[in-house]
Amino acid sequence: MRTPSHSRHNRPHARTLLTTAVPAAVEVERPAEEEQLERDRPWIVIVWNDPINLMSYVTLVFQKLFGYSREKATRLMLQVHEEGKAVVSGGTREKAEHDVARLHAHGLWATMRQD
Amino acid sequence: MPPGQQIERTRAGEFRLRLSRAERELLRELPAQLRILLEADAEDPTLRRLFPPGYEDDPDGETEYRRLMRDELLDGRLEALRVLEETVDSDVLGDEEIQAWLVALNALRLVLGTKLEVPEDLSERELDPADPQAYELAVYAYLSWLQEQAVAAVAADI
Repeated sequence: MRTPSHSRHNRPHARTLLTTAVPAAVEVERPAEEEQLERDRPWIVIVWNDPINLMSYVTLVFQKLFGYSREKATRLMLQVHEEGKAVVSGGTREKAEHDVARLHAHGLWATMRQD
Repeated sequence: MPPGQQIERTRAGEFRLRLSRAERELLRELPAQLRILLEADAEDPTLRRLFPPGYEDDPDGETEYRRLMRDELLDGRLEALRVLEETVDSDVLGDEEIQAWLVALNALRLVLGTKLEVPEDLSERELDPADPQAYELAVYAYLSWLQEQAVAAVAADI
């Protein structure tokens, strides 16, 4: 069974944070826009392959939820099936969370993260 | 309806069902069983595929997501199971009803498939009558086939 990878650790390890000397000035001078940019970085929604969901059903769900053509929905479904995962939508955090919830309501294995 | 095809879209955009009494009995019984499981302990590990994590690497986001969505996901499944039970004796389903059937059949397969640890290709697992799980595997295979039919009928118009 394919499972979503939870091994991604984008944040520095806590120990590294505590032991690395960071000049205080950097923190103070960090521009507000930088944090804003970080928050605005788009989110992506990923659907993972699983042994239970039918290929035809996954295609139908992509068509129904995202309005994709049969061709686009089939291409994404095949990518999930063959490569183990596919990015199916994205946008703001709110949009991604909404899409993840709708995919979950339909039984698909979906996760989101910042691109 | 061609032989072997049990769900068909009509010209009026409805869905004609041709199911035996035994199939209808099974489809009446299974939602009731899953409802009992869901209402007893939604944290039961066999139900985990119904409530997967949403955030990959944001524990706070995940906590918030579960707080907001858990009940909604649960209610959606219960509602779909209710529609399946209430329309199981129908000969014709409307669009909303067949969409509920799809969600309910999928939920049943997710739970049964998790419990049985099914492989992606079911034919890899031999149907040995002596297998203590033979009945459940046969039910799973039947549900897969029925869902395939429902998807084909719905997709015929998209």
